[in-house]
Amino acid sequence: MEPIVSVKNVSKTFPAGKNLLGRPNKFVHAVNNVSFDIYRGETFSVVGESGCGKSTTGRLIDHLLVPDSGEIWFDGKDISKLSQAEMRPLRKNIQMIFQDPAGSLNPRMRVEDLVEEPLLIHTNLSKEERMKIVHELLETVGLSAKHAKRYPHEFSGGQKQRIGIARALTVKPELIIADEPISALDVSIQAQVLNLLHDLQQKFNLTYLFISHDLSVVEMISDRIAVMYLGYVVELAPKTVLYKNPAHPYTQALLSAVPIPDPGHQQERIILEGDIPSTINLPKGCPFAARCKQCRPECLETKPIQTEIEPGHFVSCHLYK
Amino acid sequence: MVQERLLTVNKLRTEFFQSKKSSVTAINEISFHLDKGEILGLVGESGCGKSVTSLSIMRLLNFTSGKVTKGEVIFDGEDLQKISENEMRKIRGGKMSMIFQEPMSSLNPAMRIDKQMIEGIRLHTNMSKEEARKHASKMLSQVGIPDPERVLKNYPHQLSGGMSQRVMIAMAMSCNPQMLIADEPTTALDVTIQAQILELMKKIQQEEGMSILLITHDLGVVAEMCTRVIVMYAGEIVEEAPVEELFNHPTHPYTEGLIASVPKLGSGVKVLPSIPGSVPDLSMLPKGCRFAPRCKYATERCRNEEPDLFQISANQKCRCWRQER
Repeated sequence: MEPIVSVKNVSKTFPAGKNLLGRPNKFVHAVNNVSFDIYRGETFSVVGESGCGKSTTGRLIDHLLVPDSGEIWFDGKDISKLSQAEMRPLRKNIQMIFQDPAGSLNPRMRVEDLVEEPLLIHTNLSKEERMKIVHELLETVGLSAKHAKRYPHEFSGGQKQRIGIARALTVKPELIIADEPISALDVSIQAQVLNLLHDLQQKFNLTYLFISHDLSVVEMISDRIAVMYLGYVVELAPKTVLYKNPAHPYTQALLSAVPIPDPGHQQERIILEGDIPSTINLPKGCPFAARCKQCRPECLETKPIQTEIEPGHFVSCHLYK
Repeated sequence: MVQERLLTVNKLRTEFFQSKKSSVTAINEISFHLDKGEILGLVGESGCGKSVTSLSIMRLLNFTSGKVTKGEVIFDGEDLQKISENEMRKIRGGKMSMIFQEPMSSLNPAMRIDKQMIEGIRLHTNMSKEEARKHASKMLSQVGIPDPERVLKNYPHQLSGGMSQRVMIAMAMSCNPQMLIADEPTTALDVTIQAQILELMKKIQQEEGMSILLITHDLGVVAEMCTRVIVMYAGEIVEEAPVEELFNHPTHPYTEGLIASVPKLGSGVKVLPSIPGSVPDLSMLPKGCRFAPRCKYATERCRNEEPDLFQISANQKCRCWRQER
């Protein structure tokens, strides 16, 4: 299978402090030397805790941010160095769904105008043709054409997210980057939106990059998963492998920390001590060393190299060499 | 073992007034109790009234347009609705304390941690400043803060989310309360930090024999922490049950749907059963059962008559016509 997206050794930093002359001298290392491929038609998930660089990774692929180093290939083309103008025709193929559905819809626009807008930019269709597509899409995402004339505030959170999804689908994208699309929704609504995303993928043959902190949701929707910590991908594996046989100590701790909605369930919990360290001064050795129970002297000194411990299962840890 | 009642909430109703005449009833005549040493879960989705319940118990609604219009809250033999604000202030933070969802915004950003903690401790005890400071430092180390002296000198912005929540817990625990209300205590935190905080709350609860009212939307947290659970929907209690009963044999269709719609780690399903529709607007409630428009079992009767909270066994209650006895 050919990859639709290839991320190759990508790093991104943000300035965090300035010296006397106003030049930045401190940097937040948000994404560090990250590489992965996303194949056509799959759901690739990036999981991790806040500040691990998962959203930055999504924004880099969507070219909302430009990487400091490394390459991002989309459809056989390196897009990391394109200008905004060069990128524009390609944007049609990559669409985003955001976490906060209320914040990503213009409150002064009607739903039909919101959903129509991408068509105005990317196509030459007539008003009638555009409206036909808009109304069809609203039905597809579980709203109805009668909702088209309303404003965003007249909808509940789940419905707003449906509008956001319809908007992303208008230009028939190949890749959808969904950044925590259900985190702001209530439990009973989360399931509705997840099921919708699943149906749409089958119907339109979409590829998803799904960014989330919730491991139970990720397990449901993904084919392959990358676990990020402190801007590094620490483990990457197909879903079934990752959940059955997590190799990296961080993945193990993360999985064991998820509360299971079953009072009869007894589990050995790995409680991590301390907090996630700052990404301004990255540790010299393994990023996870400070909180790792299996930390050895070499972990503090050298960065582990990504190794393939079984087909398709990559781990960056000194325990596996 | 005889259970001792600590808190009894009796037909409590809280309304939010938009004007003198029009109001929205956020919680409608809810009744429940909390025994000594138990962890009671209060579950529901946004807008179901779970936070308003806690604020009504603590009498913290004064700064909003909300008002308790009916019912009583009996805590340790005293009706909290009847006592004066001065007496209430002695109970709040003393015998009864509360931790909130956002640890960052519940701490005063312009005050060092030591000052905030000492202020609370001295209000409820007659310790001197030095004693109170020592006590604060002891509390911080009890909640697992490695370097309490340094943290005491910090401002809240210098602490991480998990650390601030620990400080909040230490503060809430510092006067040895009999009851702790925890309103979504881990929702703003990462999973690994959430695991730390839940473990800590359980440990303190067991050591001190405290009662906890745990408000959350996360059924995983409920399964892990609680002995008994109350499920709320649109301002009413729809089900009350011991935790095993609730998860193994949910009786209310809403509870059933809620439990089914949560993805479980390791279940391997691709499509989840979901509850259609969304939570009703409290100012435009449907006639009859409030859940009827979303319920797959709804009948004509459900759409016209509102069911009572039926007692279906010794310790289980359910608001559904199907459970009428």
